[in-house]
Amino acid sequence: MLFHTMEQTIKSGIYKLLEKVGDQVNFFFSFVRHLLRKGFEWNEFIRQCFIIGYKSFPLIAVTGFILGFVLTLQSLPTLKDFGATSYVPGMVSVSVVREIGPVIIALISAGKIASSIGAELGSMKVTEQISAMEVSSADPLQYLVVTRILACTFMIPLLTLMADAISLLGGFVGSNLDNKVSLHLYFNKAFNALAFSDLFPGVIKTIFFGFAIGFIGCYHGYHSNRGTESVGHAANSAVVSASLWIIILDGIAVQLTNIFAYN
Amino acid sequence: MQDELTIETKQATEAATNDNNVVIELEHLQKSFEENKVLKDINLTLCKGENLVVLGRSGQGKSVTIQCIVGLIDYDEGSLKVFGKEIKDLSEDELKEIRLKLGFLFQSGALYDSMTVRENLAFPLTRVMKMKDEDKINQEVEDVLDAVGLKDAIDKMPGDLSGGMRKRIGLARTLILKPAIMLYDEPTTGLDPITSKEISQLIMDLRKKYQTSSIIITHDMTCAKITGDRILVLQDGKFIAEGSYEDLEKSQDENVNSFFK
Ligand SMILES: Nc1ncnc2c1ncn2[C@@H]1O[C@H](COP(=O)(O)OP(=O)(O)OP(=O)(O)O)[C@@H](O)[C@H]1O
Ligand SMILES: [Mg+2]
Repeated sequence: MLFHTMEQTIKSGIYKLLEKVGDQVNFFFSFVRHLLRKGFEWNEFIRQCFIIGYKSFPLIAVTGFILGFVLTLQSLPTLKDFGATSYVPGMVSVSVVREIGPVIIALISAGKIASSIGAELGSMKVTEQISAMEVSSADPLQYLVVTRILACTFMIPLLTLMADAISLLGGFVGSNLDNKVSLHLYFNKAFNALAFSDLFPGVIKTIFFGFAIGFIGCYHGYHSNRGTESVGHAANSAVVSASLWIIILDGIAVQLTNIFAYN
Repeated sequence: MQDELTIETKQATEAATNDNNVVIELEHLQKSFEENKVLKDINLTLCKGENLVVLGRSGQGKSVTIQCIVGLIDYDEGSLKVFGKEIKDLSEDELKEIRLKLGFLFQSGALYDSMTVRENLAFPLTRVMKMKDEDKINQEVEDVLDAVGLKDAIDKMPGDLSGGMRKRIGLARTLILKPAIMLYDEPTTGLDPITSKEISQLIMDLRKKYQTSSIIITHDMTCAKITGDRILVLQDGKFIAEGSYEDLEKSQDENVNSFFK
């Protein structure tokens, strides 16, 4: 009996999972179809870019600064023992640009942007605004979804680059608490340590992170159920699955970079 | 001269009974949500210029029926034709074209709450009709607001409007595309008796002005009386009665009768 119900639960769990995957694949193809359709909503796209950039910038800036600052303060004492403090700028810039910056900024954006897209589209769905657009032939997928996904894909890399730059500033401030370093020297050291193979993969993967954030946010909002509690549910699942996707994508990206860039 | 006139009227009555005059036709329509069989056997015809009222208790599937008509919900069985075309068989573009001729007033009004009233009304013009001329857009927006009697609300946000005003703005947004068929989902529910009467009157005025055919879903008997040429009563997934207000008022059936008490 127990075994039977367990089997049932597992079966229905797998069934539901497959259904979800199918839904998402479907949603992806309708995104592509509506992307290629003529009449791209430039105004809405630019508005979304502005909202995403403007609203997230303070958070991203603070995060970036603290990232560089903390990294510096943590590593200074150890490196000092070896008399290697001059490596601090390079260490901060390489680790932030290559890995920590993209991943942390993407995770924070998942919390901020994916959830707000999920909640916004979810509440539009629940209050029948999306149906109203559909009924008036206004194509909600093209107007709401395509613009938001593309805006995320475009803005997350920019935000990450800004955060990378600000983290260097944080590192500079951290170094100065210990010992006076000139800005010129610090940045020279930081940039000298960076190679093309650090910057390029770091930027490319943020494009995918951005896409995942926009796509997952839109998917959960657009497919939320009837009833107001589903708005919260949409926002919540958007954050959870966007974060998960970011980590999975990062794993893949690191593997690919190791194969192509450092061999 | 006299002869010509009689011929003309005769043609008009013939046309009225002709199939060409049917704009919406539902035959044996069925729809279930998983275990829940909502529509069991729906048969309905809407003729040109007619106001059809659908009565029914809450949760009987009235909203589902008209959402099937605009293709928001897929039906399981039966046939559903709008302007002679089966909705299920239409491609995405064909469905879009049909929807341009249909107006749908949502139960909640469904105003876009991140936009002002003006932007709400301009939305269908700019997105759907691809209108660019600002002056022309403003003119149309003002005209349609005038038609629903809410010119002052033009720069308000939907959140600042009362329930009745939201319904009227929702109505205005639907009317701005001048649909041939209007589907009203409970246009007067939740409004005070005076506002309800005004909206019912508005529905009649709009029919006169734009020559629309309409399906009006309601539980409000005053609205049904003012607007309905013909009334259908929905119960347990089927229509159990049909007739004019006066006919149904005399009905012996308890389910029908209870609406008129
Ligand atoms: N999208 C949906 N998914 C699942 N069930 C639905 C959906 N839409 C409607 N239903 C179910 O169909 C039934 C009829 O709903 P409908 O909204 O058509 O009722 P109604 O007659 O319009 O009632 P009311 O007068 O309260 O608006 C209800 O039992 C509802 O739970
Ligand atoms: Mg309803």
